[in-house]
Amino acid sequence: MEFITAQNISFKYETEENTSEISKNVLDNISFSIKKGEFVAIVGHNGSGKSTIAKHLNAMLVPSLGKVYVDGMDTSDEDMTSLIRRKVGLVLQNPDNQLVASIVEEDVAFGPENLGIDPKEIRKRVDEALKAVDMYEYRLHAPFKLSGGQKQRVAIAGIIAIEPDCIVLDEPTAMLDPKGRKEVLDTIIRLNREKGITVVMVTHFMEEAVLADKVYVIDNGKLLTSGTPYDVFSQVELLKRHRLDVPQATEICYQLRARGVDISKLPLTDDECVKLLLEVFR
Amino acid sequence: MNVLSVEHLTYTYSVGTPFEHIAVEDVSFDIEKGDFIGIIGHTGSGKSTLLQMLNGLLKPTKGIVKLYDNDIWEKPKEIRKIRFNIGLVFQYPEYQLFEETVYKDIAFGPTNMGLSEDKIKESVINAAKFVSLPLEYMDKSPFDLSGGEKRRAAIAGVVAMDPDILILDEPTAGLDPIGRDVLLSQICSYHKQRGNTVILVSHSMEDVARVCDKVLVMNKSKMIMFDTTKKVFSREDELNSIGLRVPQVTHITDKLIDNGIKLDKGILTVEEAVEQITERLKKEGKL
Repeated sequence: MEFITAQNISFKYETEENTSEISKNVLDNISFSIKKGEFVAIVGHNGSGKSTIAKHLNAMLVPSLGKVYVDGMDTSDEDMTSLIRRKVGLVLQNPDNQLVASIVEEDVAFGPENLGIDPKEIRKRVDEALKAVDMYEYRLHAPFKLSGGQKQRVAIAGIIAIEPDCIVLDEPTAMLDPKGRKEVLDTIIRLNREKGITVVMVTHFMEEAVLADKVYVIDNGKLLTSGTPYDVFSQVELLKRHRLDVPQATEICYQLRARGVDISKLPLTDDECVKLLLEVFR
Repeated sequence: MNVLSVEHLTYTYSVGTPFEHIAVEDVSFDIEKGDFIGIIGHTGSGKSTLLQMLNGLLKPTKGIVKLYDNDIWEKPKEIRKIRFNIGLVFQYPEYQLFEETVYKDIAFGPTNMGLSEDKIKESVINAAKFVSLPLEYMDKSPFDLSGGEKRRAAIAGVVAMDPDILILDEPTAGLDPIGRDVLLSQICSYHKQRGNTVILVSHSMEDVARVCDKVLVMNKSKMIMFDTTKKVFSREDELNSIGLRVPQVTHITDKLIDNGIKLDKGILTVEEAVEQITERLKKEGKL
């Protein structure tokens, strides 16, 4: 079932008065749809418009042209905004900008409290959310003392406590070290697979995009290509032409194939690549 | 010639309190002029403390840092001069821009060095060129630049002092692939053209493999490896055991070697891997 649908959306930021600059479309006629339970990755360069798309998914922005529907609700209908934001939660890049309270569990409770939920229910949701991101034992800690990865997981817990159907994450791992990045990524995957939460992740790490069910590549405000990670990353020429990264595993086999080695299906992960090359040597 | 020598360097935070904590323990190494060194290690392994001792921001609890054979702490009052010679670019340096114009911000270091107006202008323009900042940006406010441009302006501020040693703490963190490639190749050409020493801290093993001649590995306050990039990345098992990894391409070729395919240990780039695998296939008559 389609959960989010974007129909021919274009977006431009309003120009300031008294300037002669004509703003160009940040998004240019993009359409896509996201199914319930799907794990979608949106990749592209800085300035490509990928974060602008993320902000359209929970009515933070509404398209200048075209429509976005979340679970059938039009995001440009202001009466629906608060309901849409209960269904779609947004996690941003910098964990330091998202935590508001001085104790972890109070921070997680912030969302449900604002929704006016019964205190007993809040307690239950906060505990469950913290357990889901594996931060329960830190519930009484001060957020500023946590590592980047831990802070980001608390931010995710704060969203889960609202019990959304879908979480949108805008480069959630960009500012983290490898350990923090793995913690956050493992958490996101677990939420998707075990709790069935729809996940939309904006990233420029291709090794993260490989894990998704579906990948959308955005370049210069337009949809460059989309499909399963395999469909997308086998278009090595196209991605390289737009100076996007390809996993090294894919790149090695792509170049070997260009030199005449018999490789039909390009691998996406290290293990696939090793297996494939061992076949070639056999 | 050693431009920098470090002998038995130790740093302990909060000495004599219950919070006493050893951040760097007994680290010794020599860096030759013109070396391009990568430093890798987990967050909390002591990398940043080490960097801050290298340019005299922190005074070692024990041990000596020598610049051209002179202890940098010999005359503590002149430690500021050391920082003109050993330039440190912090993580997310764009948060440290503060002047009214990009020009003034880049000129801050050279001005403090007491250079003449003409010299300052020359170093600012050269530094801006090195990081590809258009000269028409010089009169803009640094806060009107994009994220990547801000970062390059901040790096230019350190480059403008023409330090013998340039230290960069995760200069590509948070940049997208284009931004990362551009910045890395600018650092490489800076290193080549000036022949200066560069020390780069990075979490990206692929980047380190691409640009560094030697790699220093920190783990739990200790230096556990310091060798050529190839030799360090040949020790995949050891690196894995401390939670670090090798570049993806090195991991793949190592696995092939484990399975009896004859390739060199410590392959660092995709090009090298493709070259060796093709050679091997030809030798075995499979291509």
